[in-house]
Amino acid sequence: MEQKKHKSSMTERKKDILTGLENLGSRIYEQLDSGYFPSIAMPSRSTENICYDSLLRQFILGDRKVRRSARNIRHLKPFTQLVWAAFFSRELTSQRKTSTLRDVYYSAQAYEMTFTDQQESNNIITDLETVMGLSREDFNIFPEERSAVFGDLTIEYTVPGYEGRTLNLTSHPDGVLIGPALTSAEFAKTTADKVIAIEKGGLFTRFVEENVHNKFNAILVLTAGQAPRATRHFIRRLNRELSLPVYIFTDGDPWGMHIAMVIISGSANAAHLRDLTTPDAKWSGVWASDIVDYKLPTDPLDEVDIKRLYELQKDPRYKEDPLWQKEIKTFMKIKKKAEQEAFSRYGLTYIVDEYLPEKLEETR
Amino acid sequence: MAQTTFEEISASDFFYRNRDIAGFTNPSRAIFAAIRELVENSLDAAESLRIPPDIYVRLSYEGGASKETQIFRLRVEDNGIGVLPRHIPSAFGQVLFGSKYKLKQQRGTFGLGGKMAILYGQITTHQPACIISSTGMAKIYIYKLMIDIQRNRPLILDRKVLINKEQWKGTIVEFCLEGDYFRAMPKILDYFKQTAMVNPYANLTFVDPKGRLYRFTRVTREMPEPPKETSPHPYGVDVELLQRLIQITPYKNMLEFLRNHFHRVGEITARKFLEFSNISPSKNPKKLSHEEIVKLMHMLKRFKEFLPPDASCLSPLGEELLKAGVLKELKPEFVSVNRRKPATYAGHPFIIEVGIAYGGEIPKKGSFMIYRFANRIPLLYDEASDVSVRVINAMNWRRYKVTPDMPTAILVHICSTKVPYKTVGKEFIADRPEVRREIANGLRETARQLQRFLTRREHVDRERKRFGVFSRYLPKIAQFSTRLAGKERLPDIEKLLKSVKKFGTEET
Repeated sequence: MEQKKHKSSMTERKKDILTGLENLGSRIYEQLDSGYFPSIAMPSRSTENICYDSLLRQFILGDRKVRRSARNIRHLKPFTQLVWAAFFSRELTSQRKTSTLRDVYYSAQAYEMTFTDQQESNNIITDLETVMGLSREDFNIFPEERSAVFGDLTIEYTVPGYEGRTLNLTSHPDGVLIGPALTSAEFAKTTADKVIAIEKGGLFTRFVEENVHNKFNAILVLTAGQAPRATRHFIRRLNRELSLPVYIFTDGDPWGMHIAMVIISGSANAAHLRDLTTPDAKWSGVWASDIVDYKLPTDPLDEVDIKRLYELQKDPRYKEDPLWQKEIKTFMKIKKKAEQEAFSRYGLTYIVDEYLPEKLEETR
Repeated sequence: MAQTTFEEISASDFFYRNRDIAGFTNPSRAIFAAIRELVENSLDAAESLRIPPDIYVRLSYEGGASKETQIFRLRVEDNGIGVLPRHIPSAFGQVLFGSKYKLKQQRGTFGLGGKMAILYGQITTHQPACIISSTGMAKIYIYKLMIDIQRNRPLILDRKVLINKEQWKGTIVEFCLEGDYFRAMPKILDYFKQTAMVNPYANLTFVDPKGRLYRFTRVTREMPEPPKETSPHPYGVDVELLQRLIQITPYKNMLEFLRNHFHRVGEITARKFLEFSNISPSKNPKKLSHEEIVKLMHMLKRFKEFLPPDASCLSPLGEELLKAGVLKELKPEFVSVNRRKPATYAGHPFIIEVGIAYGGEIPKKGSFMIYRFANRIPLLYDEASDVSVRVINAMNWRRYKVTPDMPTAILVHICSTKVPYKTVGKEFIADRPEVRREIANGLRETARQLQRFLTRREHVDRERKRFGVFSRYLPKIAQFSTRLAGKERLPDIEKLLKSVKKFGTEET
């Protein structure tokens, strides 16, 4: 199902997005102009219509459709909001400006389009994503940035005022924010041969300090907890466009495990979207068995952790690779969890000198 | 009844001692009752000539009497029939003298109220009353009189005759009385407002002691058909009445006696009744023994074939006038009225008229505003005990989608030759099953109409709101899609809007 041809060029992609939005406008315009109540059909996002596609290795939406029609008085307001959102997105994209969900909520008021609350406007943006099959970052609507990247990758900006300018991502030791400018940038060149994604800021900094990018020839990505969509998309591009294998390091607990899973197989909330997953990425640690093997200092799993493990055990994404089920079982057996920082009991560089090379090798 | 029971004290004396029963209980009640009695006499006086009444009432402050009560001068002017000069002293100075002893619907019934007011004025201020009246002939008569309470006789203190150049017709009554206006004020104003409601053809003017003018202007000159006098209905007679009829009858046999003295009794009915009660048609009524009279009364009540009394002796307001009155005084958004067919209780005919008014200037109070009337007189006291209130409370209003928190006023008017008051104070109607049924049916009918109105309005509202949503959003969809598609011209959405509106108006 991965027919959508990959766009190497961000400019091309933006052009496609603009055309898509304009086509949507034309469809509605034509319906109105020929005296029909316009309507828009889109896949239903209800839980019953979300299923796991083992080929794509992500959640997708089923065949059930919902139709928003301007003839239906109850649909009229959300329909109008949707058309407005499409219009607003086109303005953003064509003027190459960026926005946030909060910003969208307020911008609506300038057009006398009132949203009852933030949730309502968020839902409309998700509707637009579903209709267009694109994520909101494609329409230049970004979340608050918190994740960062560091490593030998030269990018070329496409944002206004920076077009053609390049930046090497080693130029700042704190890393470069994965924000609108970076997300829309083209990849110019790299010497790296792998990507290492890290859950926690502390460890990310340690890796930069310990020269991991040079020692292991890697691009380092800080996910800062659950990876934002822009980051997931960015990791996917690194994987697809530069053919770099991706290794993910998280805490050794059900939550860390799931951070890795979302990067690999996406989330149910994004079932209407593509291009956010990196199915070939590897979860390299911290595994439950690492806790045992490396004799890490631990905390006991609490009730919520255990409950989460049972949920994950049944999740179709966790049935793809026996590794997951095995690690879940181990967690349940040892009833313990460990953070990435736990390696510091063996000295500050132990994780880089010993653990990292072993795990990279193990999950290659 | 007066002759046998009250040999030792005069009628005036009796009412002097028992003024409570006529409504003169306390200073505030007294001032209300005095105004009410005189206004009602005035209304009757004008109506008996079929002239739309013009009534002017002025209450002015004369001086303090005690801490709580003051002396007021009350003047009531009307454009009614006037009183013949020879009747003036008795009409205003002798209790239980009057023109209201016949059987037809009237406001007062004993010819008592007006005189009670004057009597009350006299006993509280000891000043004479002044009566000015003319029947429209050459002269106007002015009397100053007081009542000799012990002898129940008028005392004429002064008498003047004026030339009636302008052929004025009417009566002016002026006297002083003790009262508590400021406590009585709300009731008095209510009284005028409600009187105006059921007398939409009358002009009422009231000037209160502070000089404030309240004016209730007529909205029509149409007046209801006046009531006709009738003979008593056989179901409604008692022994005393039979004896009186026997005394005065010129007829020499029972057949003629029954035919001529009873309402709705003709030859055939009379014969059937005589057969039923085993009385010879040729018997001379004057020869009936006391026992036979008692038996006759029982038989009259037991005989099933008398036709019910007809309503010609009643003068209901009629739906048009009632509606006009409600619209004028309550200014509602909607009113529905219902005049019931005549019915009877215990041989007395009565007609119920009800009205429901909704919205407009009717306030929201959390309960229905209830207006009660009897023979076009507002009933202002003892609301909770009244049969209409019981019927209203017992009714399942939810069925009609009406709730007490809606701005709703309910009006119940009973007219009868004998209004079934529960007490002598004449402030509320007794719970008679026949009356209750008529009120309930009338309320149901008007409630249905109100429901229809509310449903239709709700529908129109909904359609309007619906159209509002379309006309708010469709242009926006047009605008955004035009700009999104990069077109110049806005699409034509008039047709779509029209289709929505047409759909809306068709259904209303």
